[in-house]
Amino acid sequence: MANIAGYRRPYPGTQPNHLHPTYVSSIKRAPSKPLVYMPHTLTEVTGPVFGKQSIDVKACDLTRQSSGEALGERIIVSGRVLDENGRPVPQTLVEIWQANAAGRYLHKRDQHDAPLDPNFTGCGHALTDDEGRYRFVSIFPGAYPWGNHYNAWRPCHIHFSLFGPAFATRLVTQMYFPGDPLLPFDPIFNCTADEKARNRLISLFDWETTIPSQALGYRFDIILSGREATPMEK
Amino acid sequence: MSLQATSSQTVGPYFSIGLTRLKQDSLAGPGVSGGRVTIEGRVLDGDGMAVPDALVELWQANASGKYAHPEDNQNKPLEPGFTGYGRIPTDDNGKFRFATIKPGQVPGPDGKTQAPHIAVSVFARGLLRRLVTRIYFPDEPGNAGDFVLNLVEPARRDTLIAKNIPGQAGTLEWSVILQGPGETVFFDCGM
Repeated sequence: MANIAGYRRPYPGTQPNHLHPTYVSSIKRAPSKPLVYMPHTLTEVTGPVFGKQSIDVKACDLTRQSSGEALGERIIVSGRVLDENGRPVPQTLVEIWQANAAGRYLHKRDQHDAPLDPNFTGCGHALTDDEGRYRFVSIFPGAYPWGNHYNAWRPCHIHFSLFGPAFATRLVTQMYFPGDPLLPFDPIFNCTADEKARNRLISLFDWETTIPSQALGYRFDIILSGREATPMEK
Repeated sequence: MSLQATSSQTVGPYFSIGLTRLKQDSLAGPGVSGGRVTIEGRVLDGDGMAVPDALVELWQANASGKYAHPEDNQNKPLEPGFTGYGRIPTDDNGKFRFATIKPGQVPGPDGKTQAPHIAVSVFARGLLRRLVTRIYFPDEPGNAGDFVLNLVEPARRDTLIAKNIPGQAGTLEWSVILQGPGETVFFDCGM
């Protein structure tokens, strides 16, 4: 039996190393030994499938999860999920979470002295459509301080979690906003060596999806690992 | 057309608000056949301190060795309701625990089968990328010839094999040591 085609490996420099000392939390949590290279087997080219039954269709609008209105500047965050071969990734689960407009997460360990919004949870999810498109309505997240170094502030961001078609395509990332003055100082954003790859984490302001008198649009396309073209033969 | 995969970023300390909805620590409902097993352990950092903000995700085949995925075209039974997916956040003491069935053997390279295993992703604040590892089972004759276990230097293979807990039949212990002595073997799986 021919060995199965695996998924492509990241282009050098486009993914962070595990140890990035300016991000202090990585120092005691990054593995010290080299990773063991693993060719993909059936285990890695399969992965969990989340169908429509696992989705709340209203969860894509983070501004309407309560009877009251969420506070802050409304935004539309949309884009496409594609693979490295340029093909749409349809019907895949996208989960997001973020701080509120004041820069506070609805989380017991977030002690930032900024108000919670009783009408904003900061989390949502959606399935991509058949063309790999997704769309969320949310609130522009606030910047917030953290303890990594003196006067450290995280740039405004939204966390994204994606599965794709296989265990090998799992991705968790963060989306940033154009022109954020905190980006050059953020060790998490800057953990990726390749500047172009880093800058692809910054969404684009998008007139096309901006709704008059309603909400600004930001576009963020996400690329998951693509399949190797041909089965690997020994 | 050739694009480059989006860079990974850490889940950060507050992922539970977004990722808890799909928490799944019981991978096999009543209609799923197979030997029941509970696996428990901790996630520890390079100082041996508990990691209370880690997320463990699991992916496994059913007892016949079939994955609930369209690309697994083996002619083997698949019970409705079995997904093979688990997601468990660690608690304040860095502990996680899940109940499942022991997976069967699945195909490996060169026409051989792989020993029963569960694929694991670990996410946490401080991890800029997920860590990929596997859980194997003790007293399993197939471990000796397993393709992936044999990629690992022999002295470190034990970090991938769950241990029996004396006096607790049906429960295994498997922990994740992120760094330092006894460091768990992590795989370069691409993303």
